[in-house]
Amino acid sequence: MKQAHPITAAALLALSPLVQAMDKHEPAFSRVIVDEFETRDADEGTVAAWEAAAWYGGDLNKLYLSTEGERLMDNGGETEGFETRVAWNRAFAPFWDWQLGARRDWQPDDPNRDWASLGVQGVAPYRFETDVNLFIGEDGLTQLRLETEYELLFTQKLILVPALEMNLAGKADDELNTGDGLMNLEAGLRLRYEVRREFAPYIGVNWERQFGDTASRTRDAGGEVEETTLVAGVRLWF
Amino acid sequence: MTSSAVIGRRRFVQGLALGAGALGIGGFGLSPARLLADQGQTGAPILSGNTFNLAIGGADVNITGKKRPGMLVNGSLPAPTLRWREGDTVTLNVTNYLPATSSIHWHGLLLPFQMDGVPGLSFDGIAPGETFTYRFPIKQNGTYWYHSHSRFQEQSGVYGAIVIDPAEADPEPVDRDYVMVLSDWSDEKPEQIYATLKKLSHYYNFNERTIFDTLRDFREKGVVQTLKDRHMWNTMRMSQSDLADVTGYTYTYLLNGRSPNANWTGLFKPGERVKLRFVNASAMTFFDIRIPGLDMTVVAMDGQPVKPVRFHECRLGVAETIDVIVTPEKKQAFTVFAQSIDRSGFARGTLTPDPAMSAAVPEMDPPPLLGHTEMGMGGMAGMNHGDMEGMNHGAMDHGKMDHGAMKGMQHDDMGHGGMKHAGMQHKGMQHDGDHKVPFAFVADNPDLAPRTSAVQHLDSEYGPGVDMRAMAPAAMLDDPGIGLRERDWKVLTYADMETAGGPPDSLTPDREIVLHLTGNMSRYMWSFNGIKFADSVPLELHHGERARITLVNDTMMTHPIHLHGLWSDLELGDGRLLRKHTITVKPGEKLSYLVRADATGRWAYHCHLLYHMEAGMFREVRVVDNATAKEARS
Repeated sequence: MKQAHPITAAALLALSPLVQAMDKHEPAFSRVIVDEFETRDADEGTVAAWEAAAWYGGDLNKLYLSTEGERLMDNGGETEGFETRVAWNRAFAPFWDWQLGARRDWQPDDPNRDWASLGVQGVAPYRFETDVNLFIGEDGLTQLRLETEYELLFTQKLILVPALEMNLAGKADDELNTGDGLMNLEAGLRLRYEVRREFAPYIGVNWERQFGDTASRTRDAGGEVEETTLVAGVRLWF
Repeated sequence: MTSSAVIGRRRFVQGLALGAGALGIGGFGLSPARLLADQGQTGAPILSGNTFNLAIGGADVNITGKKRPGMLVNGSLPAPTLRWREGDTVTLNVTNYLPATSSIHWHGLLLPFQMDGVPGLSFDGIAPGETFTYRFPIKQNGTYWYHSHSRFQEQSGVYGAIVIDPAEADPEPVDRDYVMVLSDWSDEKPEQIYATLKKLSHYYNFNERTIFDTLRDFREKGVVQTLKDRHMWNTMRMSQSDLADVTGYTYTYLLNGRSPNANWTGLFKPGERVKLRFVNASAMTFFDIRIPGLDMTVVAMDGQPVKPVRFHECRLGVAETIDVIVTPEKKQAFTVFAQSIDRSGFARGTLTPDPAMSAAVPEMDPPPLLGHTEMGMGGMAGMNHGDMEGMNHGAMDHGKMDHGAMKGMQHDDMGHGGMKHAGMQHKGMQHDGDHKVPFAFVADNPDLAPRTSAVQHLDSEYGPGVDMRAMAPAAMLDDPGIGLRERDWKVLTYADMETAGGPPDSLTPDREIVLHLTGNMSRYMWSFNGIKFADSVPLELHHGERARITLVNDTMMTHPIHLHGLWSDLELGDGRLLRKHTITVKPGEKLSYLVRADATGRWAYHCHLLYHMEAGMFREVRVVDNATAKEARS
C-alpha cells in the first residue's frame, strides 16, 4: 500500500526530470484518402482514373504520399501514365503546409521523369482547398501546377465539388512532345453522396483541354486537344 | 443495498432495455427524509462508509442495442456513487483489471497531491493487476465526482458521483436527494473518435451551412448583406456551426447511465423538497438543463454552497456539478431535459409521483450559430449582430488594444435594444484598468513572457496551432451563452451566483497569470497560449500566494477549465467570489479567478473536454515553497 507523505521541495525538484508528466510524446496518426477513383467514358474507350494520397505523422510534421493516373481499360488495357509523389509535409501557418519532396512520372512508352517538388497545400480564404507545386526536373525542365477545389453543400451529405487544375511548363519537353507555357487546364464537377463521411459514390463531368505549344504539338501528331467525359466513381478514406 | 447492487454485479449494463418495467422497485414511500434516494434507476449502487474497494475492469455495455466494450468500476455505469462524510478519512483500494495503466482522480477534492490520481504527476498510475490505495481526510462537503485520468478511459465509463455529507447539519435540508449524472456514450472506441477528429475535425458536425441556407439569406437579408455576413466566416475559414466537436451523431446522452428511451425515473411526493445533484460527467458535452413546469433553486455549485437563486434553465459545463432544489407541488410528472449545446441530442429523465406517469419530452431547439460574440469581437450577450455593422473591426488595432480602449468602446452605439440582460455587468474587467497586480514573469517560461495587457497575444499564439485570436474579449459572466440568450425564462449564469457566506478568501491577488485558450479546429490542435502541453514548462506557484489567473478564450468553443487540488475563486466583481473547481469560459470571453496556492505538489490544470486535454490543452501547476522557487530560478 502506498501512503501519502509530506512533500518536500527537494523531492519535487528531484522528481521532475525523471517523471514525465502525462504523456508528453506526440502520437502519430495516418489517413489514406482516395479522392477520385472513377471511370470516364473517353473517346478511346473506358478510362479508369485515380487520385489518392496518404499521410502519416503528428500535428506539424507528416510524411505525405500521393499518386494519380489514368489507365485505358479497353483493348487489353494500357496505363496511360501515372505519377507518384513523396513529400515531407510541414505545417507553417494555421491553414497552410509546406511540401518538400520528389515526384516520378511513370511513362509506359516514354522515358520516366523525375522531379524535385516544392509545394504549398492548404485552405485559402473562402475555403478553397488549394495546392500549388513547383517541380524541378532534369535538363532544366520545370513545371508549375495549381489545383483548387471547393465544396458546395446541398445537404449535409450531398456535396458538389467543382475543381480546377492548371499545368504550366518552363520549357518544352521534346521527348514527351509537350510545349512550354500553359500546357493544359482540367476542370471537374463531381456530385457525391456521403453514405458515410468515409464513403461517397459520385457522378460528374470532367473537361480537359491543352493550350499553346503543347496543343499545337498534339494537333500535329494527330491527337485531340480537348476532351469532355462523364465520370462515375467513389471517394473513400480511412 | 437493494436493486442497485444487482445491477452492480452484472457483467454488462443495459441502457435501452431497462425501461419503465424496472421502475418502482425500491423504496418509494419508504425513503426517510435526507436519505440519498436509491429508489430511482440510478444504474449505480451507492457505497457509503470510509473504506471502499473499487475494481476498474472491462465489461460489455449495451446502450444503443449493441453490446460494446466499456470500462466500468465495479461493473456499473456510472460507477458507484460514493457517499462520504466530512471529517472522515477515506481509504479506497482501487484495483485495475484493465490491460492498460489506469487511475482514479477525485474531481474537486482537496487532498495530498500524491492522492490526486493523475499518472505522471501524482503517481505512476495503477498498473494492470495492481491495487493502489488512496487514503485522505475529507475536508469539504457537497457533490463531486471521480473519473479515470488515463487516456480516454473516462469516455468508456470510468466515472461516478461523490456525495459528501456535511459534518454539521445541512443548511438546505430536503426530503429526497437524487444524484443526476449526465454523460455521453459512444459505441465507437474513444481512440477512434480522437483519430477521426485529427483526420477530419468536422466529421461529427452535421449542421454545416448549405446552399439553401445561403439562398434563404439572399431572400431574407438581401444578396449584398448576405455576402457581407459570410465574408468574415469565409475569410476566417471557420464553421459557424462548430459548437461541439463530438455530437449526437455518435453520442447517446445518458442520465444516470440511462439513454433517453430508458428514461431514468425518480419519485417524489407532491410538496416534497427534492435535491437534484447534477454532475456533468461527460467527456465532451455541455448540457442545457431544464425541467419544464418546474423552477429550480441552485444551492451549490461544484460542491460549494451558493446563495440560493431561482432559475429555469442552466448550462452545465463538462466536469461541473450543480445542486438544485425543486419543490413539485402538483401530482404530475416532469421531464428532466438536458440537451447538448449543439442540439444534436439530449439526455432525459422523469420526476414523477407515480411510476406509471411520465411527461412530454420537449422538442430540441434549432441548433444555434456562432456570432460576433463568439468571435471575440467585443459583441455582447443578446446583441443584435446586425446592429454591429457600424463597428469598424478592421480599423481596430487589436494587437495593441488595451483595456482603456475597451472601456472607451461606446456600448450605447451597439444596439442594446436586442439585449435582454439589463443587469449586464462589466465588473470582471475592473482590475485591468489600473494594473496594480503585476503579471507573473518567469524568464524561461513562455507562458509567462512579459506582457502589457491580459488581452495581448503572445508571440507563441502566432503559428500553425492557432487559427484565431479574440480581438476584443469581453466580460461575459452574465451572458447565458450561445443558444440561451433569447430565452423567455431565467437562465442561470455565473454572475447570478455567489459563494454563500461571502468571499471565502482574500480578494487581493499577489500576481496575475494570463493564459489564452487557443486552438486550431481544422488541425484539431488545442493549447494554452498556442503552446501545447508537450512543449510547455510547469506553471510555478509559490506556496501560500494568492494568484489571479486570467483566461482569455481565443477560440470559438466553450472550454471548461479545471485546476486540481486548489480552489478557483471566480471574480464576479463587487467583492463577490464564486468558489469552483471547474470554470467554463465562453468563446470570446475574458474572466479571472483567484487561487490560493495552499497545497504544495504537482497539480494538473487543463481543459476538461477530454479530447482537448489529450491534444495538449493542459499544464502542470507546481506549488513550491518559496525557498525552492528561489533555488529554481538561480
